[in-house]
Amino acid sequence: MPVSLTPQGLPAWQRRTTRAQWLQYAAWLLGISLFLLCWKVISDNTMWVFVEDAGRQGSDLLSRMLPPRWEYANVLWKPMWDTLNIATLGTAIGIMMAFPVAFLAARNTTPHPLVRSAALMVIVSSRSINSLIWAMLLVTILGPGVLAGIIAIALRSIGFVGKLLYEAIEEIHPTPVEAISATGASRLQVMNYGVLPQIMPAFAGISVYRWDINIRESTVLGLVGAGGIGLQLNASINNLAWNQVSVIFIMIFATVLVSEWISARVRHAII
Amino acid sequence: MSAQAEALASARAQAARQGRWRRLPLIENPRWRWGIAIGGVVYLVLALASVEVNWARVAEGAGRALNFLGAFMQPDFISRQNDIVAGLLESLTMTLTSTVLGVLLAIPVGLGAARNISPLPLYLLCRAIIAVSRTFQEIIIAILFVVMFGFGPLAGMITLAFATIGFMAKLLAEDIEDLDWRQVEAVRATGASWWQTMNHAVQPQVMPRLIGLSVYRLDINFRESAVIGIVGAGGIGATLNTSLSRYEYDTSAAILLIIIAIVLLCEYSSSHVRRWTQ
Repeated sequence: MPVSLTPQGLPAWQRRTTRAQWLQYAAWLLGISLFLLCWKVISDNTMWVFVEDAGRQGSDLLSRMLPPRWEYANVLWKPMWDTLNIATLGTAIGIMMAFPVAFLAARNTTPHPLVRSAALMVIVSSRSINSLIWAMLLVTILGPGVLAGIIAIALRSIGFVGKLLYEAIEEIHPTPVEAISATGASRLQVMNYGVLPQIMPAFAGISVYRWDINIRESTVLGLVGAGGIGLQLNASINNLAWNQVSVIFIMIFATVLVSEWISARVRHAII
Repeated sequence: MSAQAEALASARAQAARQGRWRRLPLIENPRWRWGIAIGGVVYLVLALASVEVNWARVAEGAGRALNFLGAFMQPDFISRQNDIVAGLLESLTMTLTSTVLGVLLAIPVGLGAARNISPLPLYLLCRAIIAVSRTFQEIIIAILFVVMFGFGPLAGMITLAFATIGFMAKLLAEDIEDLDWRQVEAVRATGASWWQTMNHAVQPQVMPRLIGLSVYRLDINFRESAVIGIVGAGGIGATLNTSLSRYEYDTSAAILLIIIAIVLLCEYSSSHVRRWTQ
């Protein structure tokens, strides 16, 4: 404990040593200057003229959004169904692909360390690219439509599901695996009867969780042309039909709330 | 129900003794099991029937997919170097400032949203802020802020800060709700004011997690900053979008590789920081 002496020769307690105190000051100085530097870059790239009337723009926007044009909701049922399909089918394809990748990536089930690093590479690249970027790429390749959205969601889900699943596989109890292999079971049989039953609850939980996230993500995929309610959103924004945009927002809000509730219920039932 | 379950269990044991062992099903109730299976199949048929695919266009795209793969083999960092550097700089500055502002603003909201230290009206208000900020995707919020603040990184920064508030405040509030109450009581017993209680009883308990989460959020904000450029909120996403619409796949490949590298770096360092704080 850092203790120094007062001029009277009495010990005085300090929270930090002088050195630690100075280091802390230096760290704060560095952090604040970095923040100010970043702020300067942003401020240089901003047209402050536009920012000045932000309040007016905001209230103008609000007055155009209200009241919502409720009749427009009738046009939205089909796109909403498409959005649900993108999320659900995308999740299904994603978890089907993530399953083998997770087994290859888990330290205790991988056939070879080299395979493991390849599988980890797949997981990382899938995770670090947002599904909107995947959708942008796929729309240029496959053309606009629901298919691009489904595949984008699937590709993004591989990394997420794969990562959580391989962590679950690494945390399994080794005794059932040993017991099954002691009966002379083959590698696949060990997986099937020793590993699989242990990770099944985690797997179901992860899948439902990802489905919930995918519903949110699929609502905006249409902005880049990948189908779903986002297409309508994009069209309404381009037409400056803000009273339709507010209907779409309300619909997205409701859908997300419902999917979150379902996912929470299912996960609660499993765990 | 229990008699039925017992009968099932004994039938299972008998079958196992005769060498016809079968593993336990994942869902115990047969009605649920079959219901979910049939519902799944019906949904699949309906969904697949409603998905319209223009196969001619997909076949046409195969050539482009090959172009893409070729571009990934030879990413072009050079010819649009200035755009890429400018976009990256914007993304990184946006990430940092928005995380700092977002965390600073999330702390009061998080304190307000913790049921054990805030009065009911304040609690409801803060929970409402969190719900709105969490439900909408960053990109939807970005659209609104771009309309309000004009194109450029400022709109992106405000978007990310807004999204950060919801994320951090929710987790902070949960953390405060299950903190060790005895320490709070001890500090209060010394006659400490509200500020002193927060500072000496609550803050030390939640600080490690708060730092870890902030670093994690920094990582998320960078990923998101790569996306919100699509709607005009600045950053590397705008550069990527432009390069894709110009069919310059080699530049897009370079940008994607840079994003992956930075995300990897962030993730690696954030897991280090989290291990160090906990």
